[in-house]
Amino acid sequence: MIELTGVGVRLAERDVLDGLTLTLPERRIGVAGANGSGKSTFARLLNGLALPTTGTVRVLGMDTRREAAKIRRRVGFLFTDPDAQIVMPTVAEDVAFSLRRRGLPKAEVAALVEEVLSRYGLAAHADHPAHQLSGGQKQLLALCSVLVLEPDILVMDEPTTLLDLRNSRQVARILRDLPQQLVVVSHDLALLADFDRVLVLDQGKLVADGPPEPALGHYRDLMA
Amino acid sequence: MTGLKLLGLAAGCTVLVLLQTPAALAGAAAVVLALYAVARVRPAAAWGQIRPVRWFALALFVTQLLLADLPAATVTTMRVVLMVALAGLVTLTTPASVMLAALERGLAPLRLVRVDPFRVSLMLTLTLRSVPLLTDLARRVREAQRARGVSWSVRAFAVPLVVGALRHADALGEALSARGLDD
Repeated sequence: MIELTGVGVRLAERDVLDGLTLTLPERRIGVAGANGSGKSTFARLLNGLALPTTGTVRVLGMDTRREAAKIRRRVGFLFTDPDAQIVMPTVAEDVAFSLRRRGLPKAEVAALVEEVLSRYGLAAHADHPAHQLSGGQKQLLALCSVLVLEPDILVMDEPTTLLDLRNSRQVARILRDLPQQLVVVSHDLALLADFDRVLVLDQGKLVADGPPEPALGHYRDLMA
Repeated sequence: MTGLKLLGLAAGCTVLVLLQTPAALAGAAAVVLALYAVARVRPAAAWGQIRPVRWFALALFVTQLLLADLPAATVTTMRVVLMVALAGLVTLTTPASVMLAALERGLAPLRLVRVDPFRVSLMLTLTLRSVPLLTDLARRVREAQRARGVSWSVRAFAVPLVVGALRHADALGEALSARGLDD
């Protein structure tokens, strides 16, 4: 469960987000909006990467201002550019890197890594250099590196923006089957079309909130 | 095994510093070549370790030649190249994660002075990771310059490179926080 109460974010003397009060119990939540509408800041609020200037954000019952580190262990975050998330030289090593702070035995780490890479079709690339993967494979690797930690909530900031149609569809299929609560920021309206709820932000304010069809219709009108 | 390799690297570099004649360095070069052969490293992979320092080695040789003499230039340049080759052999034959785990174990006593070995090994990991990323960024900056018809300019190259590197550092820091690796 995610709860925002009177949330505002002010950066460089500009209200990036203003007056957001929301409760988000649905499993798949989409966030749409123009460039600069505050979508990415909204996503960052949900795992404490950004903190509200006013109001409170509570995730899984914890206040992001007080318990950001604990929240980050339970809320996975996927960025637009996978290159910024890949740290280790090879695919398997990068996934294993996520588990380093867990102090698990080597065999258990190897089994978890193999399982997640197999699940998302990257097992054959386990020993390949991570930075030589295609854009779609890199995004899948970034997703594996997050999912290996088995987060309760997954927040994604434009996960398909840099992908071609085939890879976007693959990511969409994967998202459909994930058991976690998802919050996905995206310009890809097809991706959000079958979500449970869609929020539309404009100049830091919530201007539409509801089922995908009317909310995305409102977004299209805004962009017209 | 990895700890032994790292100790061997430290010992090898110390010996290279102690060798003072071109003949002795030639002997050391033969030993390094033999080590590459024993490790069955392909010539292309071996050259890949030295290639990035070729212009630096040339500049070092010329500078030493101008400031000292031919034997001194030969000794200094061979010493640096052989050290890089030895370090390259260790990285070629050891997965980064294994090397970092060994480093973390080796640095464990630093906990006594409140230094987190994980953070030190993470810093080294990020240093290794930044090499292909910066190479790629530099290539893209050069391509963008060529596309706009800009001839070689240090400022036009350095400014976007530094800005890009700083942006990447910011994004990487945020990604590490998001992966829970900052607490």
